[in-house]
Amino acid sequence: MTAVFLFASAFLASAVEMVEALTIVLAVGITRDWRSSLTGVAVAGVVLAAIVAALGPALTLLPLDTLRLVVGALLLVFGLQWLRKAILRASGLKALHDEREAFAHETAEARTAQVERHAGLDWYAFTISFKGVLLEGLEVAFIVLTFGSTQGSIPLAAAGATVAVVLVTIVGAIARHPLTRVPENALKFAVGTMLTTFGIFWSVEGAGAHWPGGEAALPAVLAFVVLTSIAFVYTLRRGEPVPA
Amino acid sequence: MTRLRRFGDFWWEFVVGDDWRIAVGVVVALGVSAAIADSGHAAWWLVPVAVVLLLYASLRREARANRAAARR
Repeated sequence: MTAVFLFASAFLASAVEMVEALTIVLAVGITRDWRSSLTGVAVAGVVLAAIVAALGPALTLLPLDTLRLVVGALLLVFGLQWLRKAILRASGLKALHDEREAFAHETAEARTAQVERHAGLDWYAFTISFKGVLLEGLEVAFIVLTFGSTQGSIPLAAAGATVAVVLVTIVGAIARHPLTRVPENALKFAVGTMLTTFGIFWSVEGAGAHWPGGEAALPAVLAFVVLTSIAFVYTLRRGEPVPA
Repeated sequence: MTRLRRFGDFWWEFVVGDDWRIAVGVVVALGVSAAIADSGHAAWWLVPVAVVLLLYASLRREARANRAAARR
């Protein structure tokens, strides 16, 4: 059961981040230079893989309770950040992320930027693609490392993230335009609830408390987080004055 | 120093994000949970309750700020 959660969480988080990275890479590749843009993607991919490969084994050396407390707390803070934004977007208090708009913005910037060449590459195309993939990918690396280490299976989390990267890359290569039909905000909501659920579960265990029923409590925690989030969205959408 | 500060700012923004009070609240809730668990009492319920309260307070602040901005 937790293996399914682990794979699904890493897959969804990676998919949603890679859709955003794809928009940047496509905008720069189409307007500037594909070779430089794809080189940036490849270098960022190597850096991300190195981060996971270096930090993964180091994390597994920590005592389990310390790992669960520290990583669980980080996951919870990080997850609440995602969930908070997702609730605000779903309730209309924050603008939805629009890939079409992001693509138009990136394309306009890429058209006006000066051409500067280093090592035979269009430096603008290289750095924007590199930064885009690295920054979006760092969130995925963080999720893979935290989820994977607390569950004792970084390879499974990495596999979930990799499948999403491959899938988004294939669809992006075929479509050659931003994936605007992907329900990005719904995916972010789902990832936020999963991050928060795992964060609550592992940090509580790490603090020395025990869940009634052990790991069987995980679906109940997930249901609690989902229902609470939906209740917040419903309340904020109705625009009721929030009681003091 | 500037680079170090930028590095720190990046990680702060990356993990903690828009509302630092949530991070502080989580740390406090975990500390209290650990103390309760250490005294031999059930402590699993505290963090879920704290999460609801922290999220509620944070969303309330954001909603109020939004309404105030809309009135201006």
